[in-house]
Amino acid sequence: MQAPTIQLTNGALHFANETIFENLHFTLPAASFTCLLGPSGVGKSSLLRLLANLIDEKNAYISADISTEPQINLQENIAYMAQSDALMPWLTVLQNAMLGARLAHKANKQQRSAAIDLLKKVGLENHLEKYPDELSGGMRQRVALVRTLLQDKPVVLMDESFSALDAITRLELQNLAAELLADKTVLLVTHDPLEALRIGDQIYVLSGQPAKLSEPIVPAGAIPRSTTDAALLRMQGELLQQLKNAKTIA
Amino acid sequence: MKFLLRLFIIGFSLLLLWQGIVWLFKLPPYILPSPILVFKTWYLQSGLIWQQTKPTLLETLLGLVFGSLSGMCAALLLISFKPARLWLLPVLVISQAIPTFAIAPLLVVWFGYGLASKVITAMIMIFFPVSTAFYDGLRRTKPEWLALAKTMNASRFAVLTQIRIPAALPNLASGLRMAAAIAPIGAIIGEWVGSSQGLGFLMLNANGRMEINLMFAALFTITALTLILYYSVDWLLKRAIPWQKEQN
Repeated sequence: MQAPTIQLTNGALHFANETIFENLHFTLPAASFTCLLGPSGVGKSSLLRLLANLIDEKNAYISADISTEPQINLQENIAYMAQSDALMPWLTVLQNAMLGARLAHKANKQQRSAAIDLLKKVGLENHLEKYPDELSGGMRQRVALVRTLLQDKPVVLMDESFSALDAITRLELQNLAAELLADKTVLLVTHDPLEALRIGDQIYVLSGQPAKLSEPIVPAGAIPRSTTDAALLRMQGELLQQLKNAKTIA
Repeated sequence: MKFLLRLFIIGFSLLLLWQGIVWLFKLPPYILPSPILVFKTWYLQSGLIWQQTKPTLLETLLGLVFGSLSGMCAALLLISFKPARLWLLPVLVISQAIPTFAIAPLLVVWFGYGLASKVITAMIMIFFPVSTAFYDGLRRTKPEWLALAKTMNASRFAVLTQIRIPAALPNLASGLRMAAAIAPIGAIIGEWVGSSQGLGFLMLNANGRMEINLMFAALFTITALTLILYYSVDWLLKRAIPWQKEQN
């Protein structure tokens, strides 16, 4: 399916007595990586969870117009990848990768061979029958990435998906994600400016209370960008300063 | 192996202590028989003891199976239907609040002297630990798994069978282990209040005739039965739930 542009207009989210954001406008351009940065607690995960329909409406007041171009049912077309890999300890690597199909009772041979191909691609061909307990954190998050890809959805929402990994593994996973998610509309929430600059086609900073979005930052060059690029490192410095300022205001 | 050795050492020391007390205070066998006498009785009366073990074993196993099954069904009902949570949960707690010992005579009146009243006594004792342990596990599914399943548009049934139930199996296992340890107690209580056979019946009879050595022999048989049952269930569960790692 063609990756859609997603537009959120007049977004408002309140928890109990707290306004997270109101009057928020946010666009995710089609088939590109959008990164969302911000100080912790500002509501960037909440914004992602709003798009994923994961906010419990019992404790929150939500109002937002979400439209897509071309028009699709967003709930049926997202894949979600969180910071925790959320692998099921009773399923093998291969079974975990196929979770989406299993839950829909649609696991078949075709799915299986697609899963094996992708697991090979991320270097897990020797671990297909292992259980998550036997894997390292980086390997587990790779399985989660494969699981996300196998859902074959045009929209991918990633909530700090690589935050729990060590620096080197994180770079590897970023490269894999940039390569494998290239044709999808992706939102990546992260607290790491370098990560945003490496794989973001555009970057937004969310700050303040109620939270406001910055103007988009569009780094030059194709993703994944090199970490030694001088322009990129200068932008990282500026972004860090911006995040620091945002924190002192909040 | 280390475990068996430890068990043996513990058992042997306790027996030695016991034998020492009997010698030291020169206790007559109708007050406290020596372990040697008890084992002699066990050996000589092994035919009688085995004959009385069979009904108790049957009651215990049936009570364990039906008590566990009904406990599991109750937990599944509680997690699946909100009205069940509101109306069944208090019933569950009441079932545990009533002392089983006190209603055992009633159960004999209602279900007779035979097998049924003992199985039901054991079931009542097992029902609560199994249902609460399993229900707790079903309720405490990791939120991140449920969130993931929700974004995959999984049906409630798929979430229950493929996520909640497997996630709750370690909790269910704790409930089942406890059930295995208390099932024989249920059967024995049932036999005490009214029966014509079984180890509980044998104990009461031996007690009445001051055959304390036979009573002890029956008591040891019950203990051995409980231990074997508990460790068999434990062994089975560990194989059924291999992902539950022990952390010490």
